[in-house]
Amino acid sequence: MERKTKVDAEDGKQELVITREFDLPLELLFKAYAEPEIVEQWMGTKVLKLENKKHGSYQFETSDAQGNVVFRSNGTIHEFTPNQKITRTFEMENTPASARFDVQLEFLEFEKLTDETSKLVMHVVYRSVALRDQMLRLPFSQGINMAHNRLQEYLNKLK
Amino acid sequence: MNLRRDVFQAIADPTRRAILLLVASQAMTAGAIASNFDTARPTISKHLQILTECELIAQEQNGREIYYHINAKKMKEVADFIEPFRQMWDDRFNKLETIMKNYKPEK
Repeated sequence: MERKTKVDAEDGKQELVITREFDLPLELLFKAYAEPEIVEQWMGTKVLKLENKKHGSYQFETSDAQGNVVFRSNGTIHEFTPNQKITRTFEMENTPASARFDVQLEFLEFEKLTDETSKLVMHVVYRSVALRDQMLRLPFSQGINMAHNRLQEYLNKLK
Repeated sequence: MNLRRDVFQAIADPTRRAILLLVASQAMTAGAIASNFDTARPTISKHLQILTECELIAQEQNGREIYYHINAKKMKEVADFIEPFRQMWDDRFNKLETIMKNYKPEK
């Protein structure tokens, strides 16, 4: 199977790059980031606020299946150029002190490939290498299923 | 770099993860491993072959039997792997793509 989404995370760097090619015209891809109702659908989150302009800000709310709020996230928009670029910060709110993640900086660049295809390059910069590595491991440590969790336990013992 | 990707693919499969867990506790023969699954024996052999090629497990001859054991060094290497992170974004973007393919602009 073709791997459409690529993650580049060089060892010892406090940044990562996520690249994805879409079978979508550039305008439709960008719209998915610009329209709150569409963001809600694919991010699986509630959009409390989304001001797509310089000096604007946004706030998202993620709930579990029971409707309990798991976490809120927010950020400031530094640049919003339709069909080209979004520069913004991202921060998780009301997470326990032990799981505090510092704010991160995100550069999203949208590019037309053909009339029907487009590309997104998401460059994320973290405060430290350790924080980046922690964020990278987050989906892994949450575990996709039991086997995965047990495998993680085994791997942890090896460290 | 290509090898690294293969390791991720190897570990992404639930059956292969289960095999890794089995041989993590003790070296086992192919037959003993297969007896833990409902899957056909040739399928398990195929999984073992993939895991061996990726060096996540290794074979060892003991008398007449071939035992499979985990390669701790290789497992350590992939301990900080980023595949679930990539998968999370891939799922999200797949969803975005599906939604936008069906998108009808409001007039």
